[in-house]
Amino acid sequence: MSETKKFMYVNRHAPYGTVYALEGLEVVLIGAAFEQEVSMAFIGDGVFQLKQGQDTVDSDMKNFSPTYRALGDYEVNRLYVERESLEERGLNEDDLMPLTWEDEDDDWAEKKSIHIVSRAQLSDLLEAQDVILNF
Amino acid sequence: MLHTVNKSPHDSSSLRTCLSLAKQGSDLLLIEDGVYGALSGSIHSDTIAEALNNVTIYALGPDLKARGISEDRLISGIKVTGYDGFVELATVNDKVQSWL
Repeated sequence: MSETKKFMYVNRHAPYGTVYALEGLEVVLIGAAFEQEVSMAFIGDGVFQLKQGQDTVDSDMKNFSPTYRALGDYEVNRLYVERESLEERGLNEDDLMPLTWEDEDDDWAEKKSIHIVSRAQLSDLLEAQDVILNF
Repeated sequence: MLHTVNKSPHDSSSLRTCLSLAKQGSDLLLIEDGVYGALSGSIHSDTIAEALNNVTIYALGPDLKARGISEDRLISGIKVTGYDGFVELATVNDKVQSWL
């Protein structure tokens, strides 16, 4: 039995212009099966991945934004969003999808998955990881 | 001339370069990730709002909608158009420059 490692997936791309966001999300969901300690970071244009209200009905693309809601069921419930990246883009926390997870150790209480962190906090989080994967 | 920009202004210099070179009276259509340039309140908004004095700026509606950006979040003066408007802009202008 191998030891558990801290994995962080760093998302830096907007959702539809390139395939990074979708590919990254799929890797996270696949990786969730390996019972590691997984978190995700959203910095730069990556914060746009979590923008609520995405609707691709007029543009003939796959709207994969609902898939982020499944992350909590895979115990991926630490999504760190850099505050400075939001502010530089004219966004705030209320613009993001209200992602939650259910804590089985706390009577299945519904808790927020998204944590807004400062650039300095994110720097510390990156330093604390064993494995960092960028998309 | 019609200019199209398909990259986020936060990720690429294409919008800034386009605006620095576009002649008075040009049309600029923001498409794909370029529509992020239409958002008000960003670090690029002032540059783009200023450019509206020289250039008519449009954003493609279906690409805004895909990205969850409602029209009330756009820089004042930017027009929203559809695929039909894209075709119209391409035909009324004598040429098209696609900034990639």
